[in-house]
Amino acid sequence: MSHASLQVGPDGRLKHLLTTEGLPAELVRRILDAADQFVSVSERDVKKVPILRGKSIFNVFFEGSTRTRTTFEIAAKRLSADVINLNVGVSSTSKGETLLDTVYNLQAMDADMFVVRHSQSGAAHLIARHVKPGVAVINAGDGRHAHPTQGLLDMYTIRHYKKDFSALTVAIVGDVLHSRVARSQIHALKTLGVPEVRVIAPKTLLPAAVERLGVRVFNDMAAGLRDCDVVIMLRLQNERMNGALLPSSGEFFKCYGLTAEKLARAKPDAIVMHPGPMNRGIEIDSPVADGRQSVILPQVTFGIAVRMAVMSMLGSA
Amino acid sequence: MKRIEIRGARILDPASGRDEPGSLCIAEGRIAAVGKAPDGFRADEVIDAKGLAACPGLVDLSARLREPGFEYKATLESEVRAAAAGGVTTLACPPDTDPPLDEPGLVEMLTRRAASLDCAHVHPLGALTVGLKGERLAEMAQLAQAGCVGFFQGNAELPDPATLLQAMRYAATFGFTVWLRPQDAHLARGGVAHDGEVATRLGLPPIPVVAETVALRTIIELMAATGARVHVARLSSAAGAALIAEAKARGAPITCDVGIHHLHLCDRDIGDFDAQCNLSPPLRDPSDRQRLREALADGTIDAVCSDHTPVDDDAKQVPFAEAEPGATGLELLLPLTLQWGRETGLKPAAALAAVTHRAARVLGVPAGTLEPGASADICLFDPARPWIVTPAALASQGKNTPFQGLELTGRVVRTLLAGRTVYAA
Repeated sequence: MSHASLQVGPDGRLKHLLTTEGLPAELVRRILDAADQFVSVSERDVKKVPILRGKSIFNVFFEGSTRTRTTFEIAAKRLSADVINLNVGVSSTSKGETLLDTVYNLQAMDADMFVVRHSQSGAAHLIARHVKPGVAVINAGDGRHAHPTQGLLDMYTIRHYKKDFSALTVAIVGDVLHSRVARSQIHALKTLGVPEVRVIAPKTLLPAAVERLGVRVFNDMAAGLRDCDVVIMLRLQNERMNGALLPSSGEFFKCYGLTAEKLARAKPDAIVMHPGPMNRGIEIDSPVADGRQSVILPQVTFGIAVRMAVMSMLGSA
Repeated sequence: MKRIEIRGARILDPASGRDEPGSLCIAEGRIAAVGKAPDGFRADEVIDAKGLAACPGLVDLSARLREPGFEYKATLESEVRAAAAGGVTTLACPPDTDPPLDEPGLVEMLTRRAASLDCAHVHPLGALTVGLKGERLAEMAQLAQAGCVGFFQGNAELPDPATLLQAMRYAATFGFTVWLRPQDAHLARGGVAHDGEVATRLGLPPIPVVAETVALRTIIELMAATGARVHVARLSSAAGAALIAEAKARGAPITCDVGIHHLHLCDRDIGDFDAQCNLSPPLRDPSDRQRLREALADGTIDAVCSDHTPVDDDAKQVPFAEAEPGATGLELLLPLTLQWGRETGLKPAAALAAVTHRAARVLGVPAGTLEPGASADICLFDPARPWIVTPAALASQGKNTPFQGLELTGRVVRTLLAGRTVYAA
């Protein structure tokens, strides 16, 4: 498979992390196992290991996101790497420099690893195809396509609470159409052998032929949540709330917002996840977000460990 | 003028259905005889064409020559030479240049320069509206006088239905053909790929099939209301082909074409964001491709064209959705048409009809035939010769093609325009 050739070397080693699609299950498990070790690092007094000492990691964000960039920065620093943050969205491209020129320039400053976010699907693939051998690219989100570290940290979270993937029912709720997170989760869940992955959304927020990704489609939330082990809520972007896709955020909340009442349809021990940042009262009700089933904050903690795991695998070659 | 005998070629004349070895005799730049040299025909030059096939020079309904305005992508000179290298002797060029072909002076300049280069008969399509903006009608009558064979919006958005109605009504006044890309701008807005599994997987903004069918229904209704003759350019879907078939069955004066890429590729070929497959219209589902192949064979679709669009590397070395749509095609049209024919079970002459006389009929120009008296526009090719598409070796300045590295069969050996050799391998 072509994904494997660009991001996984012939020896099975991770070269770049661009998408969860096509990642061998064995490799995903290795990343999650490595993250286990790094969770304990983050719990220590001295939260630092020297694995990437002397390496330069460039956070290149063509699309603003303080939170995601910060989690990568923390992960890199805990691995003792030097981190350079660039908000390219407001500098080079506005001066007309092409994406690849920007990358070549940064590469000339001896970057070892790029963490890239871009508003266009496929941007990370393009960069990975053009960097020097030995330079690694981590996709921190490209358009609607993929956000693999988010997908992996979600797998870590699910494994942490549910142990085994092989009997789970997982529902992903909300704006699947525009969500790179949902795509990365779906591929990862399928790879890890989850037998039933559901998407729950109105027809305006589902992409064409989404069932071909191996998911069951529900338009009715009550039916979709029945007997779920894991409920993943997606963020609804402001610009989608009042237009041709949805009449209002209020109506969305009524039909697809996660309330305690709706959550009761899922299994009693179901966990509730959200990639953040949350819109309380739009896709999720506060009592649920803060409730006993919510694992939203642990997701953030695990996110650091998973990103450390990915960076260490890419950087210690 | 020189008298030429092309001897020993397999003569393929789609218009007459002729497919047999023989001689092609040329005098005064015209076909003098086909099959056997007439008694007393004394050739100044004999071209030994044993093992080769001779067909009419191809007629390409869409080749962007990029002048004026995009000379950094390609020049008139580079592209008419590419046409000759591809065996294309007659071509229509869309008006989406910069400035667009909306002024008679521009058209005259283009045709004059093309004539002086003398590699292919170049027939410009005039802009349907000023600046292709879809607001004011272009000076169609004067543009026609300057040499335009039809009026087109190119890849620009269709005018709103009210303006389109008037444009078609005005064109019908003079009997001009209106060329239209069937794509509803609202339904296609922001999209770059077929609304299917691939776009979903890659997270690419979609262009649904209804963008084509809604536009087609509007066009067909407006034809009935105005009596305008319409050529539908670049069909992409099975549903679109069904609408064309229906309109033709009712006797509507409608013709249509498909781009050569859409006969061979589908959305799966985008792979991991291969920007070479960013085309307009988008590559669709394999079932759409299959129906387009059949529709071209059964005549629902009148012609196949290269939709030749030279794009510079910089415009492709960007994320998929930001890439400029289009691919080079002039030099691939012949082998890809032959391949479609083989795979569809058509004899070579029947396959070549879609790039010769059927295309000429759409344009309304006398071309695409080996009939005695016709201009001696001839493509001599080796039908069995395999070759590998190597962008750097293409004559076109446009090197961008999703077929890079692919092995094709059938290679142009020599091209004659009005009896003169304009290309020899």
